[in-house]
Parts: sequence; C-alpha cells; structure tokens
Amino acid sequence: MTTQAKPEEVSAGSGGTPFLSVRDLSVRFSTEDGVVRAVDSLSFDVAPGSTLGIVGESGSGKSVTNLAVLGLHNPDRTEISGSIKLDGQELVGASNRELEKLRGRKMSMIFQDPLTALSPFHTIGKQIGETFRKHTGASKKEARDRAIEMLTKVGIPQPTSRVDDYPHQFSGGMRQRAMIAMSLVCDPKLVIADEPTTALDVTVQAQILDLLKDLQQEMGTAIILITHDLGVVARTAQDIMVMYAGRAVERGTVREVLKAPQHPYTWGLLSSMPSLTGDVDVPLRPVRGTPPSLINLPSGCPFNPRCDFREQVVGGGCTTERPPLSPATGHAAACHLTPAQRQDIFIDQIKPRLG
Amino acid sequence: MSNEPTLKPAVPTVGSGDPLLSITGLKKHFPVTDGFLFKRQVGAVHAVDGVDLEVFPSESVGLVGESGCGKSTTGRLVTRLLEPTAGEIRYAGQDITHAGRKELAPIRSEIQMIFQDPYSSLNPRHTVGSIIGAPMEINGIKPAGGVQRRVQELLETVGLNPEHYNRFPHEFSGGQRQRIGVARALSLSPKLIVADEPVSALDVSIQAQVVNLLQELQRELGIAFLFIAHDLSVVRHFSQRVAVMYLGKIVEIADRKSLYESPRHPYTHALLSAVPEADPDDDRERIRLTGDVPSPLNPPSGCRFRTRCWKAQDKCAVEEPPLVQLSGNAEGHLTACHFPEEAAVSGVPAQRAEV
Repeated sequence: MTTQAKPEEVSAGSGGTPFLSVRDLSVRFSTEDGVVRAVDSLSFDVAPGSTLGIVGESGSGKSVTNLAVLGLHNPDRTEISGSIKLDGQELVGASNRELEKLRGRKMSMIFQDPLTALSPFHTIGKQIGETFRKHTGASKKEARDRAIEMLTKVGIPQPTSRVDDYPHQFSGGMRQRAMIAMSLVCDPKLVIADEPTTALDVTVQAQILDLLKDLQQEMGTAIILITHDLGVVARTAQDIMVMYAGRAVERGTVREVLKAPQHPYTWGLLSSMPSLTGDVDVPLRPVRGTPPSLINLPSGCPFNPRCDFREQVVGGGCTTERPPLSPATGHAAACHLTPAQRQDIFIDQIKPRLG
Repeated sequence: MSNEPTLKPAVPTVGSGDPLLSITGLKKHFPVTDGFLFKRQVGAVHAVDGVDLEVFPSESVGLVGESGCGKSTTGRLVTRLLEPTAGEIRYAGQDITHAGRKELAPIRSEIQMIFQDPYSSLNPRHTVGSIIGAPMEINGIKPAGGVQRRVQELLETVGLNPEHYNRFPHEFSGGQRQRIGVARALSLSPKLIVADEPVSALDVSIQAQVVNLLQELQRELGIAFLFIAHDLSVVRHFSQRVAVMYLGKIVEIADRKSLYESPRHPYTHALLSAVPEADPDDDRERIRLTGDVPSPLNPPSGCRFRTRCWKAQDKCAVEEPPLVQLSGNAEGHLTACHFPEEAAVSGVPAQRAEV
C-alpha cells in the first residue's frame, strides 16, 4: 500500500518541553447523590504545535478535563487536585484574575455547538473583537479590522459585510468558522476544540478539520481535540489518549493506537464502528453494557464489568487492583493483561473483525 | 391482524414482487408568508421536490444526505405526519397520498416511526409500560394474555428487563430509551418502520448495540425499513439499497455495493470521500466541497448540485438531469448527472474493499 508520508506524522509528543503538562489531575463534584469523580489521576502532555486527540464516550471526563485546564469550573462545587502547567505556569489554584489574563490569549476554546456558544444579541464582529480588545486594549476600529482579518483567514466570503451579521444569519459551518476565528484572534498557543465538528455534516466537517489543520501549520498552535469519533482523530491528530470513566486507558501516537491498540476498551470502540469497506453481513461487536456511574465506580479496573478478556488475566486482579498506565512513556495501556497476551488477542481476535 | 410477530425464516430476495411502499413525484413545499393579519405567500421552501422511491417488503432502504436535504421530511410524508403538496404515496397498492383519518387508521398501525432523539420522543410523565402499550390501546388491540404481558415480551425483544415495566423514561440511559422507542414501534407488528436518525444521538458503542438490534429485528420479523441517517458507514451497514438526497431530490440510488464501490454522481463521490475513517493509512483522494448547501427557498436552476460541483458546465444550469441508469451501471443503479464520474472510479479504494 502506498503510504504517503504525512508531514505531521512525526511524533510530536516526544522531545522538547511540553506546552501543557497535566499531572495527577483529579476533578470531583459534590452532588446530592454523592461525590462524582469526573476525572481521576490523569496525566498527559501536549507539545507546542502538536495535536492531541482525546477520545471517549459521554461521561468519560474529556470535557471536564479541559474545562479544568481553562479554569471554567465553579470553584464552590468542584474539588480540583494535581497540577496543570501551561507554559510553566501552574493553573490549579491560580486566581480568577490570572486565569482571565490567560483565557483567550494563551489558551482558548472552540465549543461544540456554535449557536449556543455565540451570543444572539451581538454581531459576529463585535464578539470576535471583544476578546481582542480585552487583551490588547485596542480601539473599536482596530478590533473591527482584526475581526475582518480573522474572518478572511477562516474563509468567510465577503468578510467586510459579514462582520456586521448576527449569528443567526450564518449557516452552521460558517458559525463554526466564526468560533474558530474568535478563538484564534489573539494567537493563542493552545486551542481546546471540544467536539468542534459533531454538529456538522460530513462535507462541512471535512472543511472545518482541514481549516484547523491549515491554521495550526500557519500559526504553530497546539490543539487538544476532544471527540468521540476515531475517524476525526485519525485525520487530524498526532497523539491519542483514550479515556474511560475519568481515566486514561490508552495513550500513544495515532498510528500506534489505531493500528495496534492494546486496551480492550479501544478494541471495543474500534469494532463498534461500521466502516466503509468492512463486511456488511456480520453484526457489529459493540462493547457490551453501559458506562459506569462516576459516583460508584467498579472496584479495580473500572472497565472490568464490560470486559470480555477478564478471565484471561493471571491472578485475576481486575476487580481488586486498578491497573496503572504503563509503560510511563510512549504507547501505553492501563490493563492487567500482559503485553504479550494483548498482542495475541489483538492479532487473533480483534484485527480480523476490523477489516 | 395478528398481534404476534411472525418469524420469517430468511431474508426474502429483495426487489422481487410488488413494492410495499411506492412514492412517485413526491413534493412538499412549505409556504413562507409575510404580512400582518392578511398573510400572503411570498415563497416556498422546496423541502422535497419530486422524489421517486420504492421500498420492497423486508428490505431496508437507506436515505442519506446533508442536513436540509429533505430526508426527514420525506420520512414524515411517508408516515403522513405531513400533508404532501404533490405526488403520490402508495402503500401496498393503496393510494394514501391524501387519505383521511379514517382511511389511514388501519395503515398507520403498519407504518411506524422511530425518532432521533430518545429524550424528547418519550413522554416523561408516562411509565414505560404505558408508553409501549399506548399504540395497542389506541388501536383497540387486546393481545392474548393482556397488554402487560405483550409489553413485557416487547421489552425482552429489545433487550430490556421486563421488570422495568413500571419505570419512567428518566430512569433509563440514552441507549435504553432508544430501545423503548423501538419497542413502541414494534408493538403493532408493523410492516414498515421509518427510522429517522435512530442512532445519531448515541455514543459509538451504544450506537452499535442499537444497530445490531434493529438488524436482528429486520431479519427475524421481516420488517421493511426506511432508514434515514447522515452517517454513511452506518447506512451501508444497515441498508441493502441506498438513496442519496441533495436539496429535495434523489441524485443517486443503488444497492449498497454498487453505490459505495462505484459512485457515479459527483456528490455521492464527495460525500464518501469526506467520511473520516479510523485508519492512519487512509490515503483516499479527498474532495473538498466548497460552500454550503444552497437555500431550498430558491434552488439553483437545472442540476441543483451545480453550484458546488467541480464538473459543472453550461448544460447543467439549463437542463435538469433525469434520474436514469447510466451505461456501465449495475441493474437498478440510477444517477441524475450530465457528466457522471467514470464507472471505475471508486469512492473506496479497491484493495481495501476486497478485505
């Protein structure tokens, strides 16, 4: 097969100091029913200019992690521990005033649903300019010019007149482009994109992903791409982290994780997805059961009630001991199966199914 | 009418015999009005504009397209939730295009619908038992052994615990709710189910569970499906024949093998190339469609896709291409294009299609 070497394939996770470094992050919410452990000792790094894809189902803690990075949780109800370092600066415990200086300037966010994330009362240009004025003290005129410049960059036709439009006058794809323009207006070094294309059609999704990639190459921004679609990650990211019940269960480069996945949950995700080329007469092999409640996590490995390979673990530590993410660097998985076992199971049982 | 689902041994040969549902020249225009007190019509949204489609017994037909292409409206016209503007809908040979309430009543029990959003399509004040039992009550059907027993049977069929008869929808997860919706659609032993994006609101692993369930039901109960979705890989997995819609018209229709392996319409080709696959070696040629779908208020003249088509010529603006079988196409593969793609051009690389 002709493998056209994609330039971004070089593992950006290794080497150099990470721009964002998260260590042992835990996020807990107190609710009437008990404490929700939304994120539990999570560690990851994002290198400057690279893209990390975070994959997982609803409730796996993807969005909570990134809201913690941006400091958007309500401090009265949230307990955050661990360390989040952005360009060397500690964010856990930082004051709101400090975070305010960073948000929009050094790090910014692209939300899933642009219609709810944009204010219906203000023009697109004003909303893009607002961030710019806050951080640079620019005048209204300068902010408007900057907004037009950004709209041109993200490919909005007739930016000089569209800048005065309201969000409802834009189509879904254009709104998402405007959101991207807004998040990049101060040249942030880290952009968190939370399901940026989930609400869009495939053709528009392809446009937006291409745009993000082009802008990343132009501006050298690091991107955290949160998604549930492994296809989107395969097309955009260099590194993947698979999350389950608030923890990372597998981490590695896109090639490592998608070509030689090590964790039973990743196997389940991959075999749940129908492909454009696979066999149509075989039923899909979804992960059985439903995700666990984050208030009352299963003991040991949180994935054990849904795992098909539990019996094969020597010593049976799945229900008692939580497996660590090992090895510490490179392609790692949190599973009690030995690497040799995983390798065998993947090649014998999982790979033939994937087609 | 029997209330017990009859088990059919195998999938009957698709395409044989008389169609269960046949649509010809179906149109739905939504009026756009202006003025106060005295409303006058200033235009019309051409949501569905001349659709021909046949669904045979026990067959699943997929309907794909971007948002706003009229696929959901078509579904709602078939179930007669909307009144068609023009055209004809025949169910089992009987014209139901403008059938009145009384005439429709017996047919309504044979055509059922599964909705997209499992949260808003179940009444939160009713128990699961009364939700699934309601269609029987309305139609005055008294199954042998009582409604409750039948409901519990249905719950078991869709993989839910029959003891959950008295629970309310909020006690279930998204995937389970969608199963309740499926059970409700099955309660009258329908012959045709219109499924409007039945899995798009669900997580990947749950989505696969529901797709498997629907596929099992289709095979075992011999129910015909009109499966409306925007996810091309799910449609390929579920439907034997697939129709691609663009701006109120079907642009291409074929059995899945023919459509996915040798799409002839540029739009189908572009759609297929935009689907991200979870494969880092995916080096398919990608077609970037520019811009958005034009407004259905004022659709382009001639071929509706010409504004985004890279092959468009003068002829496309003048003459509307008919939906015909092109030379080199398989039997039943119809394409509406003046300048179709080469028959050999494949949306999916051949070597991977062989796997």
